[in-house]
Amino acid sequence: MPAFLLSRLWQSLVLLVIVSIIGFTVLNLIPGGPLAQFALDPGMTQEDLDRIARQMGLDRPLPVQYLDWAGKLLTGDWGNSFRDGAPVLQVIGRHLWATFLLMGSSTALSIAIGTWIGIRGATHRYSVFDYTATVGAMIALSIPTFWFGLVGIYIFSLELGWLPAGNMYTIGDGSALNYLHHLILPSVVLSLVNVAIWSRYMRSATLDVINQDFVKTARAKGLTERRVLMKHVVGNALLPMITLAGMQLPGILGGALVTETVFTWPGMGRLFLDSLGYSDYPVIMGLLMFSAILVILGNLLADIVVALVDPRIRLG
Amino acid sequence: MTDKKHGITRRGAIQMLGAGALLAPNLLGKPAFAQTPPEAPAGRIIVGQTQESTVLNPLLPHIEVDDAVIFSLFDALFRVTPGGEIMPNLASEVPTQENGGISADGLQWRIKLRDDVTWHDGEPFTAEDVKFTLELIVNPDFRAWRTIGHNLVKDIEVVSPTEITWTMEKPFAPYINFLTETFIIPAHAFEGVEDPNTAPFNSAPIGTGAFKFGQRVPGDHVQLVANPGYHAEGPYVEELIYKYIPDTTVLYTQFKSGEFDLTGNQYISPDNYAEAKDLADREVVLVPVNSVESIYLNQEKPQFKDPAVRKALYAAIDKVSIIDALYYGLPLPSETFMPQASYFYNPDLPTQEFDLAAANKMLDDAGWVRGADGIREKDGVRLSFTNSTTAGNHLREQVQQFLQQTFKEIGVEMEISNLPAAVIWGEFWGMSQFDSVIVGITFLIGADPDVTNRFHSAAIAAQGGRGSNNSQYKNARVDELLEEGSATFDPEKRRAIYQEIQAIIREDLPFLPLFQNRSVRGWKSGIEGVEFNTNTRTESWHAAAWYWDK
Repeated sequence: MPAFLLSRLWQSLVLLVIVSIIGFTVLNLIPGGPLAQFALDPGMTQEDLDRIARQMGLDRPLPVQYLDWAGKLLTGDWGNSFRDGAPVLQVIGRHLWATFLLMGSSTALSIAIGTWIGIRGATHRYSVFDYTATVGAMIALSIPTFWFGLVGIYIFSLELGWLPAGNMYTIGDGSALNYLHHLILPSVVLSLVNVAIWSRYMRSATLDVINQDFVKTARAKGLTERRVLMKHVVGNALLPMITLAGMQLPGILGGALVTETVFTWPGMGRLFLDSLGYSDYPVIMGLLMFSAILVILGNLLADIVVALVDPRIRLG
Repeated sequence: MTDKKHGITRRGAIQMLGAGALLAPNLLGKPAFAQTPPEAPAGRIIVGQTQESTVLNPLLPHIEVDDAVIFSLFDALFRVTPGGEIMPNLASEVPTQENGGISADGLQWRIKLRDDVTWHDGEPFTAEDVKFTLELIVNPDFRAWRTIGHNLVKDIEVVSPTEITWTMEKPFAPYINFLTETFIIPAHAFEGVEDPNTAPFNSAPIGTGAFKFGQRVPGDHVQLVANPGYHAEGPYVEELIYKYIPDTTVLYTQFKSGEFDLTGNQYISPDNYAEAKDLADREVVLVPVNSVESIYLNQEKPQFKDPAVRKALYAAIDKVSIIDALYYGLPLPSETFMPQASYFYNPDLPTQEFDLAAANKMLDDAGWVRGADGIREKDGVRLSFTNSTTAGNHLREQVQQFLQQTFKEIGVEMEISNLPAAVIWGEFWGMSQFDSVIVGITFLIGADPDVTNRFHSAAIAAQGGRGSNNSQYKNARVDELLEEGSATFDPEKRRAIYQEIQAIIREDLPFLPLFQNRSVRGWKSGIEGVEFNTNTRTESWHAAAWYWDK
């Protein structure tokens, strides 16, 4: 196990260096740069822009800028945002928890509902429930999230007035209940698509298991159908789901750009788009490294958990 | 209804008429029994804006939505009114050549300051703070944004805590206007700070403004709280919030649902105006903004060297249809770079008329002959050019297609080649690499009419100049007038100068003016004291006067 971890860690480091070099290069190839937003400012001359670029160190050759950035990263200094001067890790941290709240709740919701629909669809194959779930999943998958979001806002906020039309909380009211109230609509909207995905995966995983010999044996032993299902079928069908969940981790913490925009949720997706818009290089690079680490961690975690749960797999 | 709302009965009103003599002056031009602001700050106003306020140090490069916060937190030496008049703010009077504040040669400036102003942390505001601010702007290690004007200031001397003097390298009349946007920051907040670019002040600003800094929640909002000790009018609300709503559609949706109270920059999109103006419990108005939409023609391109071509192109633009059909009738047709509300606006410029026959005749007379493909030519130059603008700006893209058709009818070929914002407004624009560009430009800084940066022949960056004369326009008379205008302090004399400049530029057409924009702004009924000022970049230039009528 430690040998396996060590080699994976080593691979991951190499991967991170490659990702950072590519990211840094591509980012700087995009024309414009952080000062483009001031190009039409009546009081700023090209001289001013050149001066500021020099003061920010943006006039240095790219390899020098990269080494400077990477060197600081090794000492734990992720740089400061060009926009508000805050340390990058702090910027990410502040947005991370907003995203975690939204994505965490929606993922939990969609896994719970999706798994249940999937199992029930498999055990009641070709029933009315199964067909409804299948058609429903197809519809949910093919309609864009922002449309769901806007329809949700129109019905529940503008027409009925039950739910807020966006934002994470009412300014001046930081109560848990207030957060919850604001969480309902975006969380449900985001879940729609994920429920569809999870239910489809779970259905086919369950079907794979349900006809296997050990299930028949379990039935033959005289176990109740409920016990067969819970202990033998679901337990085994969930295994591939763990890998799937691990792969979703970066997505969960990476934020949902569209949903965050429609519901003005101050999460990671918005942060990424805004940082791109302003060419806030340090934050973009920070986010890039952060998500690369998440992808690597997510996969590693899934491998470990599967190995722990599934006695057939040994790491090493 | 009104009576009930304000708790005044008919009888009460008649009784109050007895006091009419006292009240009358205040009632002029206002509805009977006009609202008065509350005694103490009360309530909260949330401003919704589609970009996030992130820069809190007013001397660092910042955008419109940052100005919203900055105008509430800080004060400049002077304030510019919606009418373009300069009023004292931290200064106790506006220096002029008449009152001796500015010497006859325009070089010596003497500013008297208020003695009753304190910083949000309780320290007194003095001339040292002004000196510190002006020196920091030109500090080579500081990332100051605008330096025009400030780089002419030398020998700053603090005479007393309430008096400061300096010398200008040359007479520069626009400087007083620049000072209305030069917010003074406290010297004491930078004591012992090694790098002013990363000073703690930059994220925890201390001002003298009507509101104090509360907190900033990144990605979400900035919270300001009332400064009860403010030296001027207001504030009347306890809390002022700048909320980031990252999309214009969502901004409008939340304006309808009441999620926030007053629209900030980018305001309500023009396509929603028709619906917005009839919303219940919302006030929605059209406000002219100083930005002028135009087609910039690169004067160094052979196609545009002939004035007849520029005039013919201008005559081939169906402005009325563009404004009515594409822009929902909101913008005001314009003939000049000068905002129409400006004191310096020239109202006597000829009005453009859409006339294809006249345009064709102009080109015929100038010797531009149609070739086999119907496109005109003269001396080997084909009347064909590209037009560029920000890719993804749908309204401008429609304007381009419309122009393409009408230009074709006068034998001119226009190709559309749009670029992403970051590309087009980089070197392509700055170094005049374009044929023609559709662009919205705010030509003035504050209310000052000086446009040296845009039209002086020494301001062509592509020819090694310093400035943003991107159309590469050259006119010796305009140069002369611009130099005279920036060295003249008397407003009336300046008006004559800048009106002549407008007339020459209207004749030369280095750009084809389309219209002056108007923005759609709204707020919840019940908020009083809202007034807009197109000489600033923000709706919040005087948020100190806002209050809830309860």
